[in-house]
Amino acid sequence: MELNRLNIQEARVKLDSGEITARELTEACLEQIAATNERLNAVLTLCTETAREEADEADKRLKAGERLPLLGIPYLCKDNIMAKNIRVTAASKILEDYIAPYDATVIKKLKAAGAILLGKTNLDEFAHGASTENSAYGPTKNPWDLSRVPGGSSGGSGAAVAADLCIFALGSDTGGSIRYPAAFCGVVGYKSAYGAVSRSGLLSMTSSTDVIGPLTKTVADAATVYNVIAGFDELDATTYPGERLVELSGDVKGLRIGLPKEYFVEGLEPEIKKSIDKVKEELEKAGATFGEVSLPYTDYGIPVYYILTPSEVSSNLARFDGIAWGFKAQEAKDLQEFYKKSRGQGFGPEAKRRIMLGTFALSAGYFDAYYKKAQAVRTLICNDFAKAFEDFDLLLTPTAPHPAFKIGEKNSDPLLMYLEDIYVTGASLAGLQAISIPTGLMSVDGKMLPIAGQLIAPRNSENKLFKAAMLWEDKIKINKTNFI
Amino acid sequence: MLTTEQIKHIATLARLELSTEEEETYGKQLSAILNYVDKLSEVNTDKVLITSQTGGLVNAWREDEVKPWNEAEVKAALAQGETAGGQVKVKRVL
Repeated sequence: MELNRLNIQEARVKLDSGEITARELTEACLEQIAATNERLNAVLTLCTETAREEADEADKRLKAGERLPLLGIPYLCKDNIMAKNIRVTAASKILEDYIAPYDATVIKKLKAAGAILLGKTNLDEFAHGASTENSAYGPTKNPWDLSRVPGGSSGGSGAAVAADLCIFALGSDTGGSIRYPAAFCGVVGYKSAYGAVSRSGLLSMTSSTDVIGPLTKTVADAATVYNVIAGFDELDATTYPGERLVELSGDVKGLRIGLPKEYFVEGLEPEIKKSIDKVKEELEKAGATFGEVSLPYTDYGIPVYYILTPSEVSSNLARFDGIAWGFKAQEAKDLQEFYKKSRGQGFGPEAKRRIMLGTFALSAGYFDAYYKKAQAVRTLICNDFAKAFEDFDLLLTPTAPHPAFKIGEKNSDPLLMYLEDIYVTGASLAGLQAISIPTGLMSVDGKMLPIAGQLIAPRNSENKLFKAAMLWEDKIKINKTNFI
Repeated sequence: MLTTEQIKHIATLARLELSTEEEETYGKQLSAILNYVDKLSEVNTDKVLITSQTGGLVNAWREDEVKPWNEAEVKAALAQGETAGGQVKVKRVL
């Protein structure tokens, strides 16, 4: 057994019984990274030395009898989350040599829990994208088919978990960026409700929807990581205590699950639809009840998202001015020129596009027509969900309309890429929690590619969400070949 | 359709130096995106309040008190720009 292929629960048993050491587990992951990363481009920064130190420290704690859910478990972290003294690039040239001066709250919590940071994963620059093609360090490849994208923006984390470069990974989800790559890579991706996990130390993108969360090999693993990283944090005023996951079971008796009819329309790959019907069947057999529900403002999700996000992006990225840190342009005569050159040369095309779009939407004369209008329609989208949750505990939907697409297939037209987010922006705009879980594999051009579905739930109903997720995973498993 | 003048103006507001080619590309792409998001004008929002946050928290206050931050972290944070005499150096403003 290659140790890097273990999930958290399997590794937990072996570590606690002394069958394996955290150091052995860490070395197995480091070996897999060394063997595959040239092909995958999933990892941007490796922390070999500190990972070994952390592993040895975890082994000491294990030997002394300490038992914690993540003690001795190696993980990778999306490179828009700061880990002290380690480079954090956000996959941008503007931060190429930037060293994080402090730990993000999630990293602090994982350190205290004894998890081992192996390195930092690739993403779309500043998390702007759905394919990881917008990275200044080249695209990440999908391990199921290297000619395809892993989804984005947490594509490095998705590919790394799928190809067993780590035991779990952290990502961030602003409008689908955990769930999308999870779907394309055949892993589990959990976006908690907005405010359930601290954003302190996450490089801000869209402050009103940014969430940090796990990409894992199993649903139980996602729950384990969530329990460690969630909770109120005085460094993020939007956090709240939330619900912790207790006694995970697949007991879905009496759960009412809604199928939003606007999510099952033309454009959805029929095999994905079929695979979700199968999930419904299994949940029904186990005692859940289903009904159709309407979210009439679904179609406005993407237009709202692509006004609010660029607006918040343009504001958040204003701090990159070349002065106290980051890329500095040479040959500028005065301050204004220095700003313009540093930012013009430091940011990549999609970041610049979003800054421009957001600057426009927030500028005098356009603010009401675009930004305020989008905020008002956002209210209607939130109301849609609130109404649906009067009758249902959870919603079942697809995560993506199709399996992973080819590298280069969609990146010439930004609008085409934005439309990828059709099933994932809703939960983000409404601040809800959502989990993407594989539903099966489908054959495309002679290769098997994962497909997935999503469960959406209101705040403070983590335990209901994970009950359905546990049963789903128990009944529907995908066969992962050792493809890489 | 955004004019080249508008694109130049937005780029100035955003403090971005763009090449002529970029101005053209972004002009076209932004116009296409704005055309798409104009879909929002179909929605009547006359009596709808705006949503700027979904956390449901109201007035998350804390005491406004000065607390010391880890000295080494502060130093590490400030050491990454150009500094002179313990201060961050900027280009001349005027």
